[in-house]
Amino acid sequence: MANELELQVKQLEAQLKELQENQPKDQLSIIVFSGDLDKVLAAFIIATGARAMDSEVKMFFTFWGTPILRAKNKSGKGKDFMSNMLGWMLPKGSTQAKLSKLNMGGMGTEMLKSVMKKKNVSSLESLIEVAGELGVEIAICQMSMDLMGFKKEEMIDYPNLSYVGVGTYLSDAQESKIQLFI
Amino acid sequence: MTVEELKGLKSDKVVDARGTACPGPLLAAKKAIGDIQPGQIMEILSADEGTKSDIPKWSKKQNYEYLGSIDEDGMFRLFLKK
Repeated sequence: MANELELQVKQLEAQLKELQENQPKDQLSIIVFSGDLDKVLAAFIIATGARAMDSEVKMFFTFWGTPILRAKNKSGKGKDFMSNMLGWMLPKGSTQAKLSKLNMGGMGTEMLKSVMKKKNVSSLESLIEVAGELGVEIAICQMSMDLMGFKKEEMIDYPNLSYVGVGTYLSDAQESKIQLFI
Repeated sequence: MTVEELKGLKSDKVVDARGTACPGPLLAAKKAIGDIQPGQIMEILSADEGTKSDIPKWSKKQNYEYLGSIDEDGMFRLFLKK
């Protein structure tokens, strides 16, 4: 009888340990798929806010989100014709991001930027900088980099930047309590 | 705490975040909280009404005691105990 109880307790302990290990962490993972100014702004406001709440934050940039992380004054070497063309057509960094609505040839975006300044809303550029200081981790989809022909040397200087595949995102997401796709 | 009680509080640290919009006040509070000791009182000044909802939630998560807020013309004074 005593042995049986001991066995049961051991089994319960093992189950509890397994449950605890599979419990999502106080972590937020965000896929930034969009390159629209308004959407990327939202992503960074949530990311920096989450760091203030002491949550771990992992951002995964893919597709249209990728060009947001290009540095304005850097360029990649040894690109082929198509990559050069794409590089020229896609925004070169956060300052060239446009609104998803009411862009009106860039006029709407400029208006919003000036209103943001007036109302003390941080610019996307300063939010990215703050995110870096706060330890928000950014992972860039390597496939998007290859597809768009971007080179690592043309991306922004950011303290926690890595180039990953979908598996990394999935394993991070599995450990996160909050997941967003923007 | 009532407004009268809050007005009588002596803050150990005042964070003026009136020049920033969301998430500025939260980031400012997070940055400043390291400067005070447990038991001390921090006051956050904000012009953003969202802060009134954010700071109590932040305090709860971080296990600080949120004491209340005072609305003054165009700004909010929020108090918490570390």
